[in-house]
This record gives sequence, structure tokens and C-alpha cells, in this order.
Amino acid sequence: MSEAGMAMDEPARLEVDRLLDDHETRIIVCCGSGGVGKTTTAAALGLRAAERGRRAVVLTIDPARRLAQSMGIDSLDNTPRKVTGVGAGGDGDGRAPGELHAMMLDMKRTFDEIVEGHTDPERAEAILANPFYQSLSAGFAGTQEYMAMEKLGQLRARDDWDLIVVDTPPSRSALDFLDAPKRLGSFLDGKFIRVLMAPAKVGGRAGMKFLNVGMSLMTGTLSKLMGASLLKDVQTFVAAMDTMFGGFRTRADATFRLLQAPGTAFLVVAAPEPDALREAAYFVERLAAERMPLAGLVLNRVHGSDADQLSAERALAAAENLEEGGIVDQESGKAGLRDDDRSTPDTGLDDGGDTAAEADADVDEITAGLLRLHAERMQVIAREQRTRDRFTSLHPEVAVAEVAALPGDVHDLAGLRAIGERLAAGVPAGA
Amino acid sequence: MVSGKGGTGKTTVAAALALALAREGRRTLLVEVEGRQGIAQLFGAEALPYEERKIAVAPGGGGEVYALAIDAERALLDYLQMFYKLGSAGRALKKLGAIDFATTIAPGLRDVLLTGKACEAVRRKDKAGKFVYDHVIMDAPPTGRITRFLNVNDEVAGLARFGPIHNQAQAVMKVLKSPETAVHLVTLLEEMPVQETADGIEELRAAGLPIGRVIVNMVRPHHLDEDALRAASGERRADVAKALSRAGLGGARRGGLAERLVDPLVAQAAEHASRVELERGQRTVLEGLDTATYELPLLGAGMDLAGLYELATELRKQADDE
Repeated sequence: MSEAGMAMDEPARLEVDRLLDDHETRIIVCCGSGGVGKTTTAAALGLRAAERGRRAVVLTIDPARRLAQSMGIDSLDNTPRKVTGVGAGGDGDGRAPGELHAMMLDMKRTFDEIVEGHTDPERAEAILANPFYQSLSAGFAGTQEYMAMEKLGQLRARDDWDLIVVDTPPSRSALDFLDAPKRLGSFLDGKFIRVLMAPAKVGGRAGMKFLNVGMSLMTGTLSKLMGASLLKDVQTFVAAMDTMFGGFRTRADATFRLLQAPGTAFLVVAAPEPDALREAAYFVERLAAERMPLAGLVLNRVHGSDADQLSAERALAAAENLEEGGIVDQESGKAGLRDDDRSTPDTGLDDGGDTAAEADADVDEITAGLLRLHAERMQVIAREQRTRDRFTSLHPEVAVAEVAALPGDVHDLAGLRAIGERLAAGVPAGA
Repeated sequence: MVSGKGGTGKTTVAAALALALAREGRRTLLVEVEGRQGIAQLFGAEALPYEERKIAVAPGGGGEVYALAIDAERALLDYLQMFYKLGSAGRALKKLGAIDFATTIAPGLRDVLLTGKACEAVRRKDKAGKFVYDHVIMDAPPTGRITRFLNVNDEVAGLARFGPIHNQAQAVMKVLKSPETAVHLVTLLEEMPVQETADGIEELRAAGLPIGRVIVNMVRPHHLDEDALRAASGERRADVAKALSRAGLGGARRGGLAERLVDPLVAQAAEHASRVELERGQRTVLEGLDTATYELPLLGAGMDLAGLYELATELRKQADDE
């Protein structure tokens, strides 16, 4: 480890294989801010679990096209599909591979299915045709979060899998998906629903009007605000959904309890950048406050180096030295940098002389390039470690698995498998 | 409007843009809508309240950057206050849970409020009839949601077919679709962000929203070409070891420090080269999008206030060069 790494105690290592092999683990939730590799992590965990013998299903929310293709789920049909090619050359420790299923969430269809499944066909049709419902279900803020949690509950209820790995929506804030079930619940319990429904209920019974002076004042205001037609759409929607609200609330509560249950493990996913780790810290605190079981932090795209004995400063100085060419002290072979025991050159191989110096110019340039690249790499490593250390000092209790950065994106199962191996290793490889 | 896939640095770019536009005595407003307090973090300031306050002075002096974190709930109460003088009725609505409903559950209202507040700032004039802000820059939702976010007013105007919400939504849409607005998309030279950028541009075009620039962020310098790399790992390997040794990095003999450095350094360079190759491919994809681009360098020391000014200066330079 480089000097920067010494400054701080290393956090406990998150042992991914132990988590995946533990048959008590029934649900793994990958959460974190957008753009940190959450979906890829979820997919890699699912594949690794399957290749270690679990019957796993991965619920992805909004996977990149090629990642979805790699698992054969590029068609949006909202049901888990079996992934082919699982077990081909995986690190299963000799275990028979299990199975991997994968699906992509279609929030509108999930919402439609709830409506269809919980009310009579006639009423379902009225709801599905309601303009307010159509906008709501097509994915306005929050719907994705509700539906992801709803789908998780459904998958768990089917009991076809012994491990469910869930990706979470790229919410505007880390809190949205945890809050979704509660918000829905508090809204459904709230008086506002009754206000909205009041005119629909009261309308037919003129004699009840006197009870509702306050209410009609309120709906009058609402009507003024929203325009009468929208208010009517909302009211029709709420009235039609009335019988279903209880079910929503029950399921939202059940999902929330499921998330708190011992069989659930949360993994907070982040990249070693200040924003992502700040969100991660926020998440860790929030999970603790909600008594949700946190397994650890997955830190993606961490850089390492097999040449970390060479600091950025020395590499840059050496590069400059080579680029300036002539200043090398040929007699001693010393570059005139700072004195350092380790940097004593092997003069026997340095044959010196003018012709050699000319031929060296080209190689010097190449070598200087290598050194500059290394200096950049070391700067990145130092910065990432500072960022990680800041997180670790806030939350020393959180186990961490670091995943080495890959040069490109993942396109196939082999790529996911490679991520899985890095996840299990938990420490960044070198170069 | 500055959008981009998560992790591409859209908040940073939005802030740099606000600084860059605040030249020669101009005043810009930098707006945040996702409640993450990213702007405050970036400027090393305390969490922003729901209030416009000066957060920076532009590079070279003169201009000023104001910042505002829009809170949907407060924006709704403001809005009710402004249009309906609903002091106590507003409070009653809040007590009933109507405000929660409106800002979190009702389709799109939250986004209407956020864009509405930004448009109000765009149109606001002082007593002399001069615009209060020369530019309003919004750190907008990510690319995957940006079209829906900006287009929500159209959708709401369709839902609420008349009445004040309808009118408000239409007024906002008029500003957003006018040449006064530009939606900039921040990307990295990586496959997923570039793909999202391409999808985002397509969606914005289809919705008739004005596209600004693609801003390629965190562009790395290229140090070595592939021929050099091949040479370093092949026939010139021993010479590289000697060069390292000459540069003062230990012995070039087998087992010497310089010799042991060659393999890891070459491996790092190979990784770099494959990255460069991937970046080249992504650049080609971006060129095919037919949208002008700006490029911002990766800052080796990480992002801080000095870096932000550096990026602002870079943006200004590239805009002036056009």
C-alpha cells in the first residue's frame, strides 16, 4: 500500500462470497447514487451467486442496453427470464451451478397488473383509461420507486428463488426508494384522500352537504387551482381506486418489514468520488435509522498499481529528467534527483556515450510517457484513498469491498463474471 | 439546463458554466432541484436555504453568481401565496397532506413547480425593467429523465385542460421551448454516458426542446501511442529499464528496481491505450450526433474551488474561440 493508505486503519473487508453462500441471505438490495455501477454490481452478484449454487433472480430497474442484452433481458416483458450460459467457467468452487433469472422492471405494466389483480374488470378498465392514472403510472416522480418495491414483494411471494438481488432506481435522492412505501402509506391514511373523495361521495346525497362546508370550500380551492377537469379526473381515479388502497398500504408495509428482516442484506454501492461517497454515508445513516440490515459498502472503479513503491512525485521528476535529456550525469549514472538508497542505478548497464544518447532519445520519450501515466495513476489512487478514508472515519463499522476499475463497460457474462471475481476478492488488483 | 448521466459531473459543469457566464458585471443564478446540496458542497458553502444568495464572484471579477436550492414544497406554498393569497388555506392544505400529495405523488406537479420557479427567475425584472439575472443555469435531473422533466408542463397542460395550472404550465413551456433555453448534456468518453447522451438528444429533439452543447467532461491527456507501447513491452523493454535507471530509479539488471518497474508501468500503459481506443470510438459516436461539443479536462488534483474556476475559464475560452 502507498503512504496515503497507511494514514488510516483499513476498514473490515466485506466478504461477498460468504454473503452469497449464506442460505439465510434471501434478498440483497444494491443502493447508492446514480452512475456508480449499481446495476452492474447487482447483475454480477446474481451471476456469481448462481454459479455458486443459488437459485437467483436479479431485478434491474433501468439497465444499459448492452448489459441487458448480455443477460438476454433486452425485451421489456416484466417477468423474470432464465439467463443462459450460467455455470460456464465460473468460480463455483466445484459446486453445481444453480440458476439465474433476470428481469427488467416495467413500472407501468407493474402498476396495471396491480390494478387488474385487485379489482373487477369493469372498474379496472375505468382506472386504466383515467388520464390522471395514465400519467401517474407512466413514471412520474416516485412511481418507479413504488413499483420496484412492489415487484420485490411479488418476487418474494412467489418463492421460486432462494436469492433475490435488487437494483434500485436512480432516484433524485438516496432516500426516495426507502421513503416510497411510507409516503404512499401516509398519503393513503391521510385526510386529503377523503377530501378528494368527498364530492364524489357526497354528490349523490344532497342532504349530506351541510356536513361538508369546510370540505367543499377546500375542493373549491382545489378546483380553482387544478382546473375542474383535472380535479374531476383525480376524484374519479381516487374513487375507483378506493377499494384498492387498503391493499396498497398492506403491501407497502409488508415490503418495508421485509427490508428490515434478517434475510435481507443492503449493499451500498459507490465510486471513490466525493459525491458518491457522501450519498453512501447518507444512505448508511438512513439504513441504520430504519433498522435495515447493512452488509457493507461496495466501492467500484477503484484504481491500484503494482508499481506503487514509486510515488507520483518521483515518477514526474524522473520523467522531466528524461525529457530534458542532456542533464543526466553519465559518469555516475545518477539523475541528480533526491538521494535515495533505492534509486542507486546499476551503472554497469549504462554504457553511456554520445551515440547511445542519441539512440536513447526515442526510448527516453517512451519511458517518460510511462512515468507520466504512472504519476497520474498514483495521483488518482491518492485522491481515491483520501475520499475513502473520509468515509471510513465517519463509518468505521462498515465493511468494504473494493472493486478494481475495468477499462471498458461490461457486455457479456464473462465481463459480469470478472466483476464478480473482483467483488469477491474485495481489494483492487494492481495495474 | 445542464443534464447528464449520474457520475458525469453535471453539477460541476453547471457551476462552471454559471461562473463562465457571469462575466463583465453580469449576474447568473445557479439553481439546484434535486435536494442534494451539491452546489453548496462544491463552493464549500453551508447548505443552501430556499433563498437566492450570492455564492461566488466570477473569474477576473465583475460578475456574480447567485445560487438557489429549490424546494418543491416551499415553491408550491409560494405559488399559492403569489396567485391566491392563500395564507391560511395554504396551511390547511398542508395539514391535510395536500402539499405532500402535490409535491410527491401527484403526477408531475413537483417538476412543474421546479421548472416554474426557474422560469420565474428567468423572467424577473428589477424596478428599472432590467432582467435581474442575465442567465439562469439549472443543475437539472439526469439525462434519463430530462425530457420528461422539461416536458412535464405540456403533459400537465394536457391534464389540466384549463384553469391557472394549465396557464402556468403553458407559460413555462413557452420559455423552455424558446431559443432562450438550451439543454446541455454532460458526458464522459465512456460507452454508457455516450449512449445516454445519444438517447437524450433524440428524445429532446422529438419533444422540440432546444439542445445546447454536448459537454465532454474529464477528458484525459494521452501520453503514449500504441507503437510506443508495443516497443516498450517488446524489443525496447531492456532500453526502457535502462532509461528508468538513468532517470535515477534504481538498477536496470534483472531484479533491479528499474527493471521491476517496467512490467507494471507497461501494463498500466496498456490499460491506458485500451481506454484511449474506447474513447476514440465514443468520440466517433458523439460526432455522429451532429451537436457542437465543448471539452473539459480531468483535473488531476480532484475537484475544488480552484478547479471550478479553471473549468469556467476553459468554457469561456472555448466559447470565445467559436
